[in-house]
Amino acid sequence: MAVVETKGLTKVFKKGELGAVNDVNLTTQEGEFLVFLGPSGSGKTTLLRMIAGLETPTSGQILIGGQDVTHLSPRERRIAMVFQSYALYPHLTVYKNIAFPLKAQRVPKEQHKPKVEWAAGLLGIEKLLHRKPRELSGGERQRVALARAIVREPTVFLLDEPLSNLDAKLRTSAREELEQFHARVKTTTIYVTHDQVEAMALGDRVVVLHQGVVRQIGTPKEVYDDPADTFVATFLGSPAMNLIPQEKDIVGFRPEHLLPASLISPDQRVSMHFHFSHEEYLGAERILYGSLADKRFEAKDVISRLPSRVEASFAPGSIVEFAVPRNELKFFDRATEKRAAPRVVSWQ
Amino acid sequence: MFYPAMIYVLAVIGLPFALAVVYAFSDIKVGSVGYHFVGLQNFKSILHSATFLRALYDSFVFTVGSQILVLVGSTLLALALEKKFRGRGLVRFLMLLPWVAPVSIGAIGWKWILDSLYSVINWVLVRIPILHLDKFNPPQWLGEPALAMASVIVVHTWRLLPFSTVILLAGLSAIPKDIPEAAEIDGAGFWRKMFQINIPMLLPILNVALLFGIVFTFTDMTVVYILTRGGPYDSTQVVPSLAFFTGVLGGDLSEGAAISLFMVPILVIVAYLMLRAANRSEVT
Repeated sequence: MAVVETKGLTKVFKKGELGAVNDVNLTTQEGEFLVFLGPSGSGKTTLLRMIAGLETPTSGQILIGGQDVTHLSPRERRIAMVFQSYALYPHLTVYKNIAFPLKAQRVPKEQHKPKVEWAAGLLGIEKLLHRKPRELSGGERQRVALARAIVREPTVFLLDEPLSNLDAKLRTSAREELEQFHARVKTTTIYVTHDQVEAMALGDRVVVLHQGVVRQIGTPKEVYDDPADTFVATFLGSPAMNLIPQEKDIVGFRPEHLLPASLISPDQRVSMHFHFSHEEYLGAERILYGSLADKRFEAKDVISRLPSRVEASFAPGSIVEFAVPRNELKFFDRATEKRAAPRVVSWQ
Repeated sequence: MFYPAMIYVLAVIGLPFALAVVYAFSDIKVGSVGYHFVGLQNFKSILHSATFLRALYDSFVFTVGSQILVLVGSTLLALALEKKFRGRGLVRFLMLLPWVAPVSIGAIGWKWILDSLYSVINWVLVRIPILHLDKFNPPQWLGEPALAMASVIVVHTWRLLPFSTVILLAGLSAIPKDIPEAAEIDGAGFWRKMFQINIPMLLPILNVALLFGIVFTFTDMTVVYILTRGGPYDSTQVVPSLAFFTGVLGGDLSEGAAISLFMVPILVIVAYLMLRAANRSEVT
């Protein structure tokens, strides 16, 4: 187990262009599950590949377990990586796939069998050892990739969107398995994803990246409840946070906090006129689409997420009184889009 | 749309092949009239001919020798040319030249390079002191049996190398990039990555390249014809060149046809075995 640290890590692919990764400074904790979250093109995979040694940084430093590995080859870093495609060796059986890192690292031969069996047992794939990768399902391939990664007990695990090739149902169970797997092996893990649900569910901490820049590092609760800027605020959460411009500020509130005014006690609420347009029924909740009726807000679109147990029906086109609890309002500076101190809301 | 293609195939491949079969079982010569069926007479006669057996042996040496060189060379070239570097486009173009240029031009160039009097190779070699070569009797590249065979093999290798390399480059680009990367992370060094990952994954396509190479080499006589005409003492005579000398230049059409037909079952068996191997080693 080890701590991964990056210092001013930058990667520029083409001279003169904006870097894919810009001046990233971060430190994992011992045994932590750290998630890199960002949209495609945010540099999260490039950052991971630099840590793995598959990409040479333009500048900056990478330390693993206190040792500067910036100029070491991947094999000298004692890390394991699971690729998005799993990258299993197609011509080798599952057993030989899992044993490959042992052979490559010159682990004495008599230890191969027990180690492979241990790793396969950990992931429940003992029965697949004699198959070839092409004879496996997506979920099984993912487990083989994990077994191959764990078999030599690496200091750091790097996972590059390992769930994105699985179908939606399998993804949820695989996510849970991954969680338990990490709880058992407790190896420092860096996990790349564009799926905020995965990031929130798995991460001890989440690193939100955008255009190669770290926007925020924090626990899932911190990045969700206290977003550092409007990008983090809108990227996490579905539907996205409502942002209402107001003089020098932007006021933000999450859809689940925009409720009919009667549901919030009068002394805590900030009321607004909701011009209801249409709704989507999602079973456990309803998503209400509409806009703010007040002219000042230029009919700004807002979304409300209403639990289904709240029985209320709205006629399309009607104007209803909605409200947000005052302590759920987040303020951002309109110029920098960074988080600002709470202020008085002017529309009251 | 199908018929023009069929007519074309029948006219340029089917007809000559059928004629060769008809001739091989006859006693037909250039200028003879009438057709006498003689059964397997021609095949019996060539099997008893020392010249033919020698040519058969030479064909195997020529094919196996050049294919070993082509396989090793094209694998190395393909792996090198797959990497990104400045001027890669130019190097790839230059590498293709031996294939693009007419064989005769290439082979005539080589004829000069290997010439008994004006050989540039000898010009260089005799000036290297530690080799102690006799200035007035340097190696006769095309004049001594073993050297002549080696020269023919090298020139043919030079010719086939681009074709094989291009096939392998296509095969390499089909290997997902993350598999060699995974091997690197798993701790594999250069050699292990090469021999346990890259080359095994290339095997099916290597097989195809080899099959084409064998067919192209076993049935080819251009290099032999231009460089040595089968000499010295028939030491580089291969089956196709012998068929040509016997049937076309010698006028013995029936025996020439029998010699060329002799190659068909051999190639069919080779092709069958290799395609079966390719099927079995298929990856993904």
